[in-house]
Amino acid sequence: MGRLTEVRWHGRGGQGAKTASQLLADAAFMAGKYVQSFPEYGPERSGAPITAYNRISDERCLIHSNIYEPDFVAVVDETLIFSVDVTAGLKKDGAVIINSAKKPEELREALRGYEGRVATIDARAVSMEFLGRYFPNTPMLAALVEVSRIVERERFLSDMKESYGHKFAKKPQVVEGNLKCLRAAMDRVCYEK
Amino acid sequence: MSIRERMSGNEAVATALRQIDPDVFAMFPITPSTEIPQYFAQYVADGRVETEFICVESEHSSLSACIGAEAAGCRAVTATSSAGLSFMNEVLYVAASLRLPVVLAVSCRALTGPININHDYSDSMAERDSGFIQLYAENNQEVYDNLLMAHRIAEHSSVRLPLMICQDGFITSHAIENIELEEDEEVKKFVGEYHPENYLLKKENPLAVGPYGISAYYMEARVAQAEAMKRAKQVILEVAEDFRKTFGREYGFFECYRMEDADVALVIMGSSAGTAKVAADALREEGIRAGVVKIRAFRPFPGPELCEVLKNCKAAAVMDKSEGFSACGGPLFAETSGALINAESRPKLIDVVYGLGGRDFTVESASEVFKRLCGIAKGAEIGPVYSHLGVRSL
Repeated sequence: MGRLTEVRWHGRGGQGAKTASQLLADAAFMAGKYVQSFPEYGPERSGAPITAYNRISDERCLIHSNIYEPDFVAVVDETLIFSVDVTAGLKKDGAVIINSAKKPEELREALRGYEGRVATIDARAVSMEFLGRYFPNTPMLAALVEVSRIVERERFLSDMKESYGHKFAKKPQVVEGNLKCLRAAMDRVCYEK
Repeated sequence: MSIRERMSGNEAVATALRQIDPDVFAMFPITPSTEIPQYFAQYVADGRVETEFICVESEHSSLSACIGAEAAGCRAVTATSSAGLSFMNEVLYVAASLRLPVVLAVSCRALTGPININHDYSDSMAERDSGFIQLYAENNQEVYDNLLMAHRIAEHSSVRLPLMICQDGFITSHAIENIELEEDEEVKKFVGEYHPENYLLKKENPLAVGPYGISAYYMEARVAQAEAMKRAKQVILEVAEDFRKTFGREYGFFECYRMEDADVALVIMGSSAGTAKVAADALREEGIRAGVVKIRAFRPFPGPELCEVLKNCKAAAVMDKSEGFSACGGPLFAETSGALINAESRPKLIDVVYGLGGRDFTVESASEVFKRLCGIAKGAEIGPVYSHLGVRSL
C-alpha cells in the first residue's frame, strides 16, 4: 500500500465532525487520492461525543476497521479533551489540532502526556469573521490540511474554489467568504512556542 | 469510460437504481438503509427517473407491493435492513416461490437483542432459506457492480428468482470511498429492459398467481424452485463474464486472494475480507503462506468450487458474522463444512464467530486467527472448533 494517512475526528453530535471528515475526503479525492470517510455510530444524541475517521492513500484502502493509531487527530469541540482521551494511540510524529481560542501550551496538560505536536485554531473567530456565523467545519478542515499537508496548500485552495463554485452555483456570493475563511484558518493555526 | 467518483455504499446503490430506472420502487425506511430511498426520492423529485415511487407503511408492504408489481410484469426494487428484513420474512418466501425477480438491497444490520443498529449478518442469514439469491459486497464498488448484474441474473429465463444484494451496514453503507461509476447509457444497455414471458394481465395468456398447492403439487413446485437456484450458478458466471467484457471488473462466486499456495486461509464475507487481505499480506512478509476466500454468492452456495480452492490448504477458519445459535457454529461454517464433508483433500476447519453488532474487526483480529491456524497446520490441537473472537470474559 502507498503512503497511508489516518485521521480521527472528535466532535459532539450535531456539530458536524462527520461532515468535516467528508470534506477532508473530498479535498483529498480532488487531489487524486483514494479516500475513506466514515463515522462511528452509537446511540447518537445531540451533544454526545462522536468520532469520525479518514484514511487517505495513493492506493485503494482495503482495511475497513476503526482507526486506533491515527497520524492526526482533530478536536472540533475543545471541552472534549477533558472527557475523552482524544490523543489515545496518536502517533508521536503526528499532531492534534484543537478548535480553541487558547494557545496550545495552555491545553497540553489536559492531553494526558501526549508528546507530539499540539496545534490550535480559533474556528469560531475565523468563521464569524468571514462567514458571519459559526460553522466550525470550514476552518477545522483548513487547519487540518495545513498541519497534516495531506494536500499541498495551493492545490487545496484551488480545488476548494472549484468545489464551492459547483456547490454554491446558485449563491456565488458565498464562495469568496468561504475561500477567505479557509485561507485565514491556514494562516492562523497556532503551534506551541 | 468509467467515471471517477466518491460516495457511500448507500449512494452507490441509489445511483445504480437511478441508472437502472426500475418501474417500481416501494419503500419503507430503516437504519442503515434509509439513505437509499432518500437519495432515490430526490431523483424522483428531480425527474431523473420514471419510476413509480411508492411509500408504504411497513416492510411487509414494501415487498408485497414489489410482488404485485412484478406479477403484473414490472421490474420492482426495494431496500431494507435488520428488523425490516425480518418483517418481510413471510413475503420473501412468496416472492421466491412465485418466481418473481424482485431485487432487494440490504444494508445488513444486527437483529435485536440487545437492540443495536450496527453491522452483522444476522438479518440476511436469517433469510438464507427464503429462496432469494444472495450476493455480498466488500465495498461500495462491489455493491454497485452487484446491482448492475442483479436484474440480469434474477430475471434470466432459466432462473426467475428474487435477489438480494447485501452490503455491510454503516461499514460500507455509510463510508465514503472512491468508486468507478459507469455511464448511464452503458448501464442501461448492460442491464437491458425487462420483458417477462408471462405476467398477470397478459391478454394472450393471463396467469393465476399464488394459487394453493396441494400435496400432489407442492413438492414439484419446490423442486422446480430448487433447480432454478442450481441453474442460477451458471447464470451468475455468465453475467459476470459479460460484465468483465463490458466494464473490466471481474467477479465470480468468490474471490481468491493469494490462495495459490496458501497453507492457512480465512473464508470470510463483506468488508472484513479487505481487512483480512491486509493481514494476509503482512503475514506473508513473515513467511506465513496466508490466503483469503471472500464469499460473494452465498445463495446459491458454491460448495464444489470452494472445495477445489481449499483442497491444498492445511487449516482454514470460517468467519461467521452472525450467531446461528446452533451450538456448533454459524451459518457460513455449516455451509462450508457441509461442502467439504466428502472431499478427499480438505483443510482442518474451525469456525470463528466475530464482529456481532458492529464489534470492530481489525488487521490484528485477522492475524490472531491466522496465527491460530498456523498452529493447527503444524499439528497442534484444533481446540474449540466453534469459538467467538474478542469476547470479554463473561
